[in-house]
Amino acid sequence: MTAPVNIDHNPYLQDFPLLAANPELAFLDSAVTAQRPACVIEAQQQFYQTMNSNPLRGLYRLSAEATQATNQARRDVAAFIGADPDQVVFTRNTTEALNLLALSFAPTVLEPGDDVVITIMEHHSNLIPWQRVCAATGANLVFMRPNEQGQITQDEIAAKIGPRAKIVSVAHVSNVLGVRNPVRAIADAAHAHGAYVIVDGAQSAPHLPIDVAELGADAFAFSGHKAFGPMGVGVLWGTKELLETTPPLFAGGEMTLRTTESDATWAPVPTRFEAGTQDAAGIVALGAAVRYVQQIGHQAIMEREAALMAYLVEQMAKLPFVQMLGPSDPTQRYGVVSFTVRGVHPHDVASILDSVNVAIRAGHHCAQPLLDWLEVETGSTCRASLAFYNTRADVDKLIDGLNLVWKIFGGGK
Amino acid sequence: MALDSIYQGALLDHSCNPTCRRVLANATHTHEGVNASCGDDVTLSLVLDESNVIQEAAFTGNGCAVSQASADIMASVISGKPLAEAVELADAFIAMIDGAEPTPEQKEALGEAAELQGVSRMPARAKCAQLGWRTLQEIAADLAASAV
Repeated sequence: MTAPVNIDHNPYLQDFPLLAANPELAFLDSAVTAQRPACVIEAQQQFYQTMNSNPLRGLYRLSAEATQATNQARRDVAAFIGADPDQVVFTRNTTEALNLLALSFAPTVLEPGDDVVITIMEHHSNLIPWQRVCAATGANLVFMRPNEQGQITQDEIAAKIGPRAKIVSVAHVSNVLGVRNPVRAIADAAHAHGAYVIVDGAQSAPHLPIDVAELGADAFAFSGHKAFGPMGVGVLWGTKELLETTPPLFAGGEMTLRTTESDATWAPVPTRFEAGTQDAAGIVALGAAVRYVQQIGHQAIMEREAALMAYLVEQMAKLPFVQMLGPSDPTQRYGVVSFTVRGVHPHDVASILDSVNVAIRAGHHCAQPLLDWLEVETGSTCRASLAFYNTRADVDKLIDGLNLVWKIFGGGK
Repeated sequence: MALDSIYQGALLDHSCNPTCRRVLANATHTHEGVNASCGDDVTLSLVLDESNVIQEAAFTGNGCAVSQASADIMASVISGKPLAEAVELADAFIAMIDGAEPTPEQKEALGEAAELQGVSRMPARAKCAQLGWRTLQEIAADLAASAV
């Protein structure tokens, strides 16, 4: 087997210009946006410097190169999630991909009285679009709820996914609890009732190998910027059947075959979903990001993150004034630890940590219904999140910072 | 810890030991201010006499130490002052947090509140520090509107 993971050292430091330039910074907020490796930043710049033109549109060399580059990125992204490139749609982000499904796909299948089943731990972007479509179609929004360890059990799946289920849309990994939801079991239950399965992969794509077929998904969405790519490019994958029966959300340039005074016929999938000029440089850079991740390898990433997570949870558990949300077993967490400091508002915790160069998130994490349901005081938590470029020293700085928070606020009084 | 931490002095004192956090049973004016983005809220209550002098100010609320301590400091600073003067202080305080340097006279009048100037270097927390003071401005604006 491989040598034990050495989390004292970050072998990838030189790949990440921002981290290399800020050695004093403990960046523990990758769940909100990851840092980007130089190869991604260079790919974006390279596009504008050497092949800038509009893909698909020009009958000259530059446009052909730009088209080839974006096609290559589509193939790379497809390979990253185990998909066919023809079913990979570029969007701005996960939010846009999920809205496209809720606004364009869902109305083609939902009828009054149908169930749309999600979980209570969804990010607002996998919640509000379904609230809207349920209100518009007369469907019911049904929530699966986790146990105290943050797990959606088989009983809960069986209780909530029944014959009325038409769409089941779930986070692969929770951005608050860090748990990986049992997507395969959820998909099997949904498919047994003829429902479609949508997976929000925003928090899983940066950490786990993704195989959309293995997951049992009918659609899968993720954001480039959380997966070491640029901001502003995301991905929607769907089965051929789902995408071909979904009308485009936006209409306009380059997404029709033929347009007349009164009508238009749609271009094939995925082009029909990409109206107007796309962020071609961003798409090319996202291709570079997924190639970078695959070059490091998911095995190495997962081993490193598991070692970091085990250390983080072990050290946090030693602080009696800190309460963690979610599973106590660190092997059940993917990248995320949400926590509170007794009697201290999360925003104050984050500001004090910032003063000692520790960057974490504090707030409701766009998951207000979950925090309400868990009855979290103040309606907000702190959240430390990891990527493979973090080190033991980052965790130690966080722990020192939390001890400082406790000291400043008088040790509980 | 960084020497310029705001988590010391008046802010910490008023966060841990607030002097004006209570419900005013005899309040003449009460108004709730909310920072929607972070969920902080401050309900400010005033006892105004017939010549619009603040006889007493107090608040209740939920939120971070910055929002709650700033409201507590404000309530103690404006008690006994004419409303118009308190509103001028609110204007000066809000401008200070937005980065303006207060005049020596303003600093003097702001008293302990001037110690919160460090928040001006933390743009993400400016709204927290300003919440109580904005709530005071809103009370004054409502009063002015109803007087027309």
